[in-house]
Amino acid sequence: MTFPQLTVLFFILVATSGVLGWRRIRVPHVAGGPRPRSRAVYHGVYNALWCALPMLLVVFAWLAVEPWIIQPLVLNELALSGVDPQQINAFRFLEIRNIAEGVLPSEFVEQPVLHAVERYQELRRVSGFSLTLLFISAGVAGLFLGYRRIGHLFPAREKVELFVRGFLLVSSSIAILTTISIVLALAFETLRFFQHVPLSEFLFGLKWSPQIAIRADQVGSSGAFGAVPLFTGTLLIAFIAMVVAVPVGLFSAIYLAEYARPAVRHVLKPLLEILAGIPTVVYGFFAALTVAPMIVELGAGIGLEASSESALAAGLVMGIMIIPFISSLSDDVINAVPYSLRDGSLAMGATRSETIRKVILPAALPGIAGALLLAVSRAIGETMIVVMAAGLAANLTANPLESVTTVTTQIVTILVGDQEFDSPKTLAAFALGLTLFFVTLTLNFIALHIVRHYREQYD
Amino acid sequence: MLQLDPKKLRKRAWAERRFRLYGIMALIFAGSVLMLLVSTIVSSGHSAFFTTELDLEIELDPETMGISAPYTKDSLMQGSYYTTIKKGLYRLFPEVTGRGERRELVKILSPGAELELRKYLIENPGAIGKRITLEVPVSSDFDQLYKGNLPRTGKHTRLSQAQMAWFDTLVADGRIRYNFNPGFLLGADSRYPELAGIGGAVAGSFHALLVCFLLSFPLGIAAAVYLEEFARDTRLTRIIEANINNLAAVPSVIFGLLGLAVMLNFFGLPRGTPLVGGMVLALMTLPTIIISCRSSLRAVSPGIRQGALAMGASPIQVTFHQVLPAAMPGTLTGTIIGLAQALGETAPLLMIGMVAFIANVPATPLDSAAALPVQIYLWAESAERGFVEKTAAAIMVIMTFLILMNLIAVIIRSKTQTKVE
Repeated sequence: MTFPQLTVLFFILVATSGVLGWRRIRVPHVAGGPRPRSRAVYHGVYNALWCALPMLLVVFAWLAVEPWIIQPLVLNELALSGVDPQQINAFRFLEIRNIAEGVLPSEFVEQPVLHAVERYQELRRVSGFSLTLLFISAGVAGLFLGYRRIGHLFPAREKVELFVRGFLLVSSSIAILTTISIVLALAFETLRFFQHVPLSEFLFGLKWSPQIAIRADQVGSSGAFGAVPLFTGTLLIAFIAMVVAVPVGLFSAIYLAEYARPAVRHVLKPLLEILAGIPTVVYGFFAALTVAPMIVELGAGIGLEASSESALAAGLVMGIMIIPFISSLSDDVINAVPYSLRDGSLAMGATRSETIRKVILPAALPGIAGALLLAVSRAIGETMIVVMAAGLAANLTANPLESVTTVTTQIVTILVGDQEFDSPKTLAAFALGLTLFFVTLTLNFIALHIVRHYREQYD
Repeated sequence: MLQLDPKKLRKRAWAERRFRLYGIMALIFAGSVLMLLVSTIVSSGHSAFFTTELDLEIELDPETMGISAPYTKDSLMQGSYYTTIKKGLYRLFPEVTGRGERRELVKILSPGAELELRKYLIENPGAIGKRITLEVPVSSDFDQLYKGNLPRTGKHTRLSQAQMAWFDTLVADGRIRYNFNPGFLLGADSRYPELAGIGGAVAGSFHALLVCFLLSFPLGIAAAVYLEEFARDTRLTRIIEANINNLAAVPSVIFGLLGLAVMLNFFGLPRGTPLVGGMVLALMTLPTIIISCRSSLRAVSPGIRQGALAMGASPIQVTFHQVLPAAMPGTLTGTIIGLAQALGETAPLLMIGMVAFIANVPATPLDSAAALPVQIYLWAESAERGFVEKTAAAIMVIMTFLILMNLIAVIIRSKTQTKVE
């Protein structure tokens, strides 16, 4: 059966089960029987759960197990037809699967592979048939087991509520599961990367050119995986971004929090928030279409040669993107400074700007520092602006008019399009990802810690 | 007696004014950048909503078109219409006879002209054998020339002087029409800028957001309800909270890596589909929904809880029958804002393969598709000049969606605020 058919069947079975459970309590009660311990609807839900959960379990178990059974059987077929065992691998299986599903054309395929394709299709048919059988029997068995348990004295509501509580707990642990799977996936692929490339080369190497030969016997197939140019490029662009964003963001926040009348504030704050809501791909387009040519022209005007993919263009636009981030975080922090401090200073005869500079900002400093750290982490992790406006050449330079590349740019360029799973080039993206994850995680952790600590000071 | 030095006072007053000015300048800077951005996009994008078309008289000779009766849809799909259309254009320029010249001349026509004629014939099979006038699209370079986006002189000129002269004749004869282009909003991507549309990308984004909503909304609410209403302050609870805060700040590429390594390579889900895209986006939206739902749950008056408990409701009943409905407006606001962010996400979708060139509008979340921001990226990277206006126009469309979503969120928020008061 196809997936939509199974879905329909699922809902029919679950609905039947629910109605049966509901009627079992509902009907005798209307006829004047003893009052049931739980309302009929809970019995319905209880019975429906008994039917639904086994079916879901069967489907997920099947999804998880099926490839592990089919893959060796299909590859075995290849080996039996006399294909060189050296060439039998997971990649080969993907090819077979794609041919069988019509993604790849089957015209130019050799005979042994065609056999394997047929075997694959046959196995899929068998597997699909047994899944349907198992699926239906699990649902029906669950239905009857649940139906036998319910009765007038059965605490259906308590059971259902227990299940709901369990579901709530599981849902909230998805955050942990996500983090764990990020770390595991990145760490696993990174370890494989370091089997090809030594850690010291990755961390301290000065040359990055991940080109790997398409054929294994091609000359010059080894790439260079020194990530230092990527780190410096990332930091250069993030630095330029912060140079733009910090003064503008901070002064906007100060003006909005301390000077602006409420009416002005109500107009200007949403305007800044528009900047925050613009997708980064739009900023990337803006950087490439408008800002980069502008910089090239300006540079030519004063006799400097700027690259059309200069770090300056990407950094400037990234700074603009971060302005609202800094201003809204600092705005919160400045507003959290107690009014007694402000009033005290003003009462002593200090001007507003003196109060801000000498009283409010020092008091708000930890919070602002936290906000800036969050902004740096954001700049380092920002992807689309640098993918579209920064270059691909890994230059080790501090000149903002030259083209540099960043960690995120490399991750995206390596992984967009078709890739070979085991080549160091692909794995390098995961090593870069793990580095990025840990750097941003550390920055966020420190920043949140500072902000929380600061908040407690004044609460 | 307090001594005030007038010089010092003046200096302080100036410092005060200067400081204030810095703030105003910062805001003006941010505002003018926003204006520059918006005006760049609108000025280069508005023309993509229109298309340049040529009034062409066409002799519908079945032999030239390679079709024979009966003229059903299937048989008409088999026909080749290029020669017929070319002949229509040659008739307008009888003085152009050389083969090389004619080859230059037909570059005025877009490949979409054939499709246009085929569509016309399928709708009006009775016209075969007659001479009709049809509006057919011109190719991208001439479209751009007419819109004034292509320079007539200098090194960026892509057209020859003769080609421009022919086109100017057509304009002078009143044969060039400047029409609204519904194909841009409804059609799928194309290799030819004048035929490319964002309909496919909008459908892909819609499917991805649907999957994202179906996953993240129930899970986010469940997680928030657990943390706010049932969890005791244990170590596990604190770890979960820290995790949610951290996930909200993890760069989006990392989620792309997760989708690639776990969902595609480990679980073998179909590559490049809105299903997987929606799943990755759901993980990114989850923290936003959880955080907003928690704060709205916290804002529900304790009287409601205590009243329901006093009536004998169980804690689960109190939560799901009373507290959660009261917290729903705030949660919905947060959800819409989260979905708006998800709509703009590009990098993770690129990495799970939603970048393939898809020339049809996807029907289900299981069909390969592009998404709106990915389409913007693809067009922006394209070398063809005609795609610049398409990119800017696609940005106008995505921004319209974002503004609409945020407006809905603002309306929900303001409505419920008045109710509470």
